[in-house]
Amino acid sequence: MRTYLDFEKPIADLEARLTETKKLAQHSGVDVSDAVDVLEQSIDKLRREIFENLTRWQRVQLSRHPDRPYTLDYISLMCDQFIELHGDRTVRDDPAMVGGFCDIDGQTVMIIGQQKGRNTKQRQHRNFGMPNPEGYRKALRLMQMAEKFRKPIITFIDTPGAFPGLEAEERGQGEAIARNLRDMMTLKVPVICIVIGEGASGGALGIGIGDRVMMLENTWYSVISPENCSTILWRSWDYKEQAAEAMKLTARDMKDAGLVDGIIEEPVGGAHNDHQGMAQILKSVILATLDELNALSPQERINQRIDKFCSMGVVLE
Amino acid sequence: MSWFIRKDKGIQTPTEMKREAPDGLWYQCPNCKKVMHTREHKLNAYTCVHCNYHEKIGSDAYFAVLFDNNTFTELDPDMISGDPLTFRDTKAYTDRIKTTIAKTGLKDAVRTGYGKMNDLDITIACMDFGFIGGSMGSVVGEKIARAIDHSLKHKQPFLMISRSGGARMMEAGFSLMQMAKTSAKLALLAQAKVPYVSLLTDPTTGGVTASFAMLGDFNIAEPEALIGFAGPRVIRETIGKDLPKGFQSAEFVLDHGFLDFIVDRKDLKDKLTSLLKMLQ
Ligand SMILES: [Zn+2]
Repeated sequence: MRTYLDFEKPIADLEARLTETKKLAQHSGVDVSDAVDVLEQSIDKLRREIFENLTRWQRVQLSRHPDRPYTLDYISLMCDQFIELHGDRTVRDDPAMVGGFCDIDGQTVMIIGQQKGRNTKQRQHRNFGMPNPEGYRKALRLMQMAEKFRKPIITFIDTPGAFPGLEAEERGQGEAIARNLRDMMTLKVPVICIVIGEGASGGALGIGIGDRVMMLENTWYSVISPENCSTILWRSWDYKEQAAEAMKLTARDMKDAGLVDGIIEEPVGGAHNDHQGMAQILKSVILATLDELNALSPQERINQRIDKFCSMGVVLE
Repeated sequence: MSWFIRKDKGIQTPTEMKREAPDGLWYQCPNCKKVMHTREHKLNAYTCVHCNYHEKIGSDAYFAVLFDNNTFTELDPDMISGDPLTFRDTKAYTDRIKTTIAKTGLKDAVRTGYGKMNDLDITIACMDFGFIGGSMGSVVGEKIARAIDHSLKHKQPFLMISRSGGARMMEAGFSLMQMAKTSAKLALLAQAKVPYVSLLTDPTTGGVTASFAMLGDFNIAEPEALIGFAGPRVIRETIGKDLPKGFQSAEFVLDHGFLDFIVDRKDLKDKLTSLLKMLQ
């Protein structure tokens, strides 16, 4: 059963009519191929129209679409082999952060990402994609292992934030994220970071320091969610659309501001509409980017990575 | 006793200064309600002589406490905030900045400078909570980055005094990336083996905790300072119950292994000096 967002409803209506028409034809034996063609074309046209004119808030909604591919979906769609690795070697394994060695087109890479769940039980197991400090420490452990064996690192960012819980504070959520920010800066292997869904705050940035940081077309990346921004600045949950507009948090906004390096296009109708197609696009971007980065020496990559982040900011003097 | 220095005269506050306390200027401690001379309070590094309550002070006072004779060279004193997103909530960001500058006399939420601390060269960055809650925007990130550059260039220890509610929302993505920028500079400082002391004061939360404040070779704090990643209100709403007493206090954070020690502000200068001298 597919889920349709409010603004996808017109598409859903046409798709329902298409299904009905086909069913009718089956029962009655009448040739409806013309009607089917017309409907399919209108669906395609409508989908293009809707997706060409999305507001920032609608992109936020798409980034959270329950049918959107998650980290493990991309891994299984892109890679010929995946050996998942667990644990931070200190406290426990954090199911909200997954990772392991993957074979992508004959190359071994380390893929790490936040993981959300598809149903209620999985969502709880994955803690809605909100890692605890163990998740960030596991991520760093895996990155350092990739560095040791000279394998590139790819991270998939998809989180509503680092978990704001009691144990997370006791075990140093702030310290865990901070350490990742610093230590990722000097990793000797290529690092590619891709926002595949939600990129909320330090919880996203905690695996987001890379030579190339890219965002899928219908994702957002900012310092806080539009809802929380609305609550704090407007003192009400109701201004989330305005907050999303003001924060300029889409892939296009972030690219224009020079805060990310690239935008990865999604298939028409969004990643959730075509997992396979999205994974193919993602795979080709990753392989091309790895070629670019492999041409540089480790020190060149580190220098450029540091310079890039150090140049971010707008001040008057 | 976790810290001591053996010396003949002990640690002194100059008594001749005590005599200068102007009559009629009194400070009432908000904690124990007892009254003392403003001068006496100042000489005690703005902490209560009766109950040790640490008054929340800004960069002016910290620089006076730490730099010898309050002598220092300020870095980037005129840097002010841009408005990269032409941000407007209930008010335009540019207006908010203008009003806050006028109200506080500060340019943004951090000041940086270098000078001598007990004859030791040091670079200090100190946050001002009074400026939009000590929030981190581009100016905070850039000034800290440049202060670290200064410390790196002259191979002198870097002290960061944090007091912040976290991100500057009106700079959205730019604010977030200041965490990355400051951490990048600290990676360079660490490679050069220049000592970095991070002092966390009340309160230090959000993106500041999740970047430079937790990256010290020495993470230290003032007594009872609130230190955390998520704020207490958010955590309370997440777990749906009240937080244990003392949760996220400096003492709690020390117990859980994320601080090296807690120091009374009146001992800060001498204890820091002792520590840094041991590293020479
Ligand atoms: Zn008192």
